[in-house]
Amino acid sequence: MQLNNNIILPKGWRAFTTEKLAIRGARMIDPSIGLDLQADLIIQDGTIKHIGEIPDGWDGENVDAKGLIACPGLFDMHVHLREPGYEHKETIQTGCIAAAVGGFTGVAPMPNTNPALDNPGLINFVRERALGFPVDVHPIAAVTVGRRGQSLTEIGELFDDGVTTFSDDGSPVASAELMRRALEYTRMFDVVISEHCEEPSLTAKGVMHEGAVSTRLGLPGWPSIGEEIAIERNIRLAEFTGGRIHIAHISTAGSVEIVRQAKARGVNVTAEVTPHHLTLDCTILEGFNSDYKVNPPLRTLDDIEALIEGLTDGTIDAIATDHAPHAPDEKEVEFINTPFGMIGLETALGVIHTRLVLAGKLSLQRMIEVMTSAPRRIMHLPAAEIKVNSPVNITLFNPDEKWMVDRELMYSKGKNTPYHGWELTGRPCGIINRGVAWIRKG
Amino acid sequence: MNQVRFNHLLGLEGLSRAAITEILDSAEAFLEVLDRPIRQVPSLRGVSVANLFFEPSTRTRISFELAEKRLSAEVTNFAASGSSISKGETMLDTVQNIEAMKIDVVVIRHFAQGAPHFLAERISAAVINAGDGSHEHPTQGLLDIMTMRRKVGNLEGLKVLILGDIAHSRVARSNIWGLLTMGAEVMLCGPGTLIPREIEDMNVDVTNDLDEGLAWCDVVNVLRLQIERQREGLLPSLREYQRSFGLSKSRLEKAGGEKIVMHPGPMNRGVEIDSDVADSPASVILQQVTHGVAVRMAVLYLISGGERVIE
Amino acid sequence: MTEKIKQYIIDAAGMELTLARLAAEIIEANHGSKGMALVGIRTRGVPLAVRLAELISGIAKKRIPVGILDITLYRDDYLMARKTPKVRSTEIPFEIHGKNVVLIDDVLYTGRTARAALGAILDYGRPDCIKLAVLIDRGHREMPIQGDFVGRKIVTLPGDEVRVHLKEVDGLDEVVLVETVKED
Repeated sequence: MQLNNNIILPKGWRAFTTEKLAIRGARMIDPSIGLDLQADLIIQDGTIKHIGEIPDGWDGENVDAKGLIACPGLFDMHVHLREPGYEHKETIQTGCIAAAVGGFTGVAPMPNTNPALDNPGLINFVRERALGFPVDVHPIAAVTVGRRGQSLTEIGELFDDGVTTFSDDGSPVASAELMRRALEYTRMFDVVISEHCEEPSLTAKGVMHEGAVSTRLGLPGWPSIGEEIAIERNIRLAEFTGGRIHIAHISTAGSVEIVRQAKARGVNVTAEVTPHHLTLDCTILEGFNSDYKVNPPLRTLDDIEALIEGLTDGTIDAIATDHAPHAPDEKEVEFINTPFGMIGLETALGVIHTRLVLAGKLSLQRMIEVMTSAPRRIMHLPAAEIKVNSPVNITLFNPDEKWMVDRELMYSKGKNTPYHGWELTGRPCGIINRGVAWIRKG
Repeated sequence: MNQVRFNHLLGLEGLSRAAITEILDSAEAFLEVLDRPIRQVPSLRGVSVANLFFEPSTRTRISFELAEKRLSAEVTNFAASGSSISKGETMLDTVQNIEAMKIDVVVIRHFAQGAPHFLAERISAAVINAGDGSHEHPTQGLLDIMTMRRKVGNLEGLKVLILGDIAHSRVARSNIWGLLTMGAEVMLCGPGTLIPREIEDMNVDVTNDLDEGLAWCDVVNVLRLQIERQREGLLPSLREYQRSFGLSKSRLEKAGGEKIVMHPGPMNRGVEIDSDVADSPASVILQQVTHGVAVRMAVLYLISGGERVIE
Repeated sequence: MTEKIKQYIIDAAGMELTLARLAAEIIEANHGSKGMALVGIRTRGVPLAVRLAELISGIAKKRIPVGILDITLYRDDYLMARKTPKVRSTEIPFEIHGKNVVLIDDVLYTGRTARAALGAILDYGRPDCIKLAVLIDRGHREMPIQGDFVGRKIVTLPGDEVRVHLKEVDGLDEVVLVETVKED
């Protein structure tokens, strides 16, 4: 593999080829194969060749990784890269750089672009725009043509073209009948529908979680049942049809319980949760700060507790950021008029590590699992395993590094982070994927 | 000495008892100004005040304008219709323009909850919230409380029933915050569709039975019912609303005792309140209007100076 | 900062004599009590006005109307003041029009208070004349204003403070000159 010299690296990062590269002294953790070992790693021609001691006479490049953790490359199964159509918010290139800085070696962009990603031409356009980055971009295709909720996309052709996941994210598939047909149809290919679960008649005006805080602020509420009714409906439809449903950005305690019971019944359902729903509750909206406006909305402390419990006990399978960049001037308007969404790629690992792992609420192994192997498994993508003769797909992070989140230093075009000014512990230091290593200096 | 900082008036939530008392006491002095042969004092000469109304309002705007003129402030009116707002200019643009014009105090009415907070964070002028969506309407809350205080003397233990569309009412929220801070008790009454969830968290009682509420209260503050609530499917009909929640003479008589009747205006006579109640001796609705000017003078006066001190 | 009393200017007995003289001067200048009204400027002008009205009523055998004036809203230093002065109400329970108004204050200093009081009183109507009576004139005028009736004229430095204490407010009658000293 050649380094692409047209790509401008993030400031303070270096690129290496993987013809002959040694990662020295990292603690390697891959829960999917039960690996937890401090050792050196030899990579040759993009493949892991050796785990153990560096052999005598080694003459390749070296990355000193003492004190770092090496894990399978992080994968984010729910991002918005905004291209085509909304390049002022983000492009595939800026999104890939943000992903790399955040330690992600793979992302799955949602199809709510303009035009919507509903045909192989557009899917391949997105893939091509990502070439040269050490980040795998696996576009998710729309379930319905134009995401208009009327007729199914050509799912068979898209599947043949390598699409493994379908979603109308941003909006739900509102019609129960159409969702039934979508599940019956996708079942033929064993692909998953990642559904934004929202009952629109209950949430039409809602801008935040409905409860004591929305009542105090006089803001229109987005009630928990607006999500729970849709999840229950979709799970029942999956159960009825035998299709596979994935619950995107699950946010309430009631939803967790519905998924838990469905899994116990053997329904083919998986779920993801975002870092912000795991760490922020709706009282933070009291200053009307539009950076905290997101869909589904931030919930309550009780919901957060249930989400963490669900993540721990396996009810929730994966963490995904729902990275949703918006241009600063779109967020600089009155709260009710500002668009929903937060960016998340560059802060996800730090936030989860600081607020869940270091707080003793989630094990380090489980964090790695839900951010690496679980989302790839849901999307039926090849595993990224740290074992000899596997193609290298690794994330390096420093679990002890303290850093301050600064919106101005984000690589995403969106500056709408809810974590501005937070001090985090744990920071990505590099990714190695597609034959290229991007390593942050120092 | 009890120091009260008072740079903006965004809401009554969080405003201390001392600060509210200070405003009400000052308003009493301004009430006297309104009775003079020359109803104007020179205190705010050289202070420029902009009234930014992003939502139509006649009463509040006139009340603020009178208050400003009676304090000799220089007044600029800005109404969203007929201005550049309709041409896609953002509120931030508008605000920055106003800032560039060297305005000292901005009075803002906006349909969006939190718009005054947005403004206060971004400009150096003092900001007075003249109503933001269904969030707060602090000067209305203050004038209501002033009217009650003048009627009963001490607000401690006063029982106030707020009647009507609580969910969409900024008047209700400002009343609740202010009254609770001043030691009064608050009960809310309205149809289930217009009582927002978990409002009990604000330390108020809720009833759907108007007779129960009336039997309990000393004061009933009747909210205006927006006719569009019916179209939105929140009410079966105005007739049914009037039947269950309209304040009529017979209901008041049934409750017994002397009640003070209030309404922030404008009234839908025959819907939320009957004329023979609105125009009865129990009604203080016109006094509320007068007190509105005095309270707004007090707020403008207090906000235009530097650091506030309460003796 | 500490304070040091520099001089005792008037004691209780002296206050009684001074006010009696002022009352006599006021009624003399007015050629009797006809049309006369006293208006005390808050705060300490008010008890002084009440006392002078009693003294004058004693001489004239007739009640003299007394009003209270709060000049806060007429101050010319409002926007410069670091702290906003508390507004109190003005009470003028009589018709100002056609009256011979005597404004009463405790200390005449820069003249700005008296100027504000003139502005305020004129907003209530058009008196035939306005005169100014003060207990102490301490000099340092910044306005072309003089007292018509002055209890005591004293020499002060700009940093000095004249403290007027009155029974009604402070529990005793006295006037002292105070010097504030900065501590190192």
